[in-house]
Amino acid sequence: MFSISATPIDVARLQRELEASGVGAVVCFEGRVRDHNDGRAVDGLSYQAYVELAETEGQRIVDEARDKFAVEHVVCVHRIGDLALGDIAVWSGVSAGHRAAAFDACRYVIDQVKARVPIWKREHYVDGESGWLHPDGTPLIR
Amino acid sequence: MKYRLLYFASLCDAAGCAEESVASDSTDPRTLYAELVARHGFTFTPDRLRVAVNGAFTDWNHPLADNDEVVFLPPVSGG
Repeated sequence: MFSISATPIDVARLQRELEASGVGAVVCFEGRVRDHNDGRAVDGLSYQAYVELAETEGQRIVDEARDKFAVEHVVCVHRIGDLALGDIAVWSGVSAGHRAAAFDACRYVIDQVKARVPIWKREHYVDGESGWLHPDGTPLIR
Repeated sequence: MKYRLLYFASLCDAAGCAEESVASDSTDPRTLYAELVARHGFTFTPDRLRVAVNGAFTDWNHPLADNDEVVFLPPVSGG
């Protein structure tokens, strides 16, 4: 299951979705808002998504992970809206019979989400500036 | 033909709006994007963008139909 959320991510609820009697390993990744990037002090992020396509592409990634790895459940949720330092921006959780598949699938999901899902991050800097991040060398547009 | 365009991130800032309806003679995304570059001053070249039509990724030569929703997607930065 993949979804875009405009409200804080409820980790306890998502962890319950990973339960199954054959599960021997659960791996979760939390991407959080940190206070710096590229040498600049950051005091918050805003995320924007093309929600319709983000949810279909995100679900495609979850389905790929289920095909590639011996897992029970794969869950990923990405926030949109304004986030403060320490907030969870993205949460990916995988349950599996054994830890290797759980680690591999969790890594796969977060790496693919960052590369493919139409979501954009605007960084707000402590000095008052802000800009969209386009992580292929495109200059920030303020 | 008439298209509904959605803009995200820096393209939204450059266009000054999140969506607009445009009448155009363009029949594929490549020609349509060239029109928008002239109109809004977009600085991305097509090789930096992806295209989606009606909510699905497609290619720059996809034949457009009247009332299609067309989106040019800047490099993504989720996570």
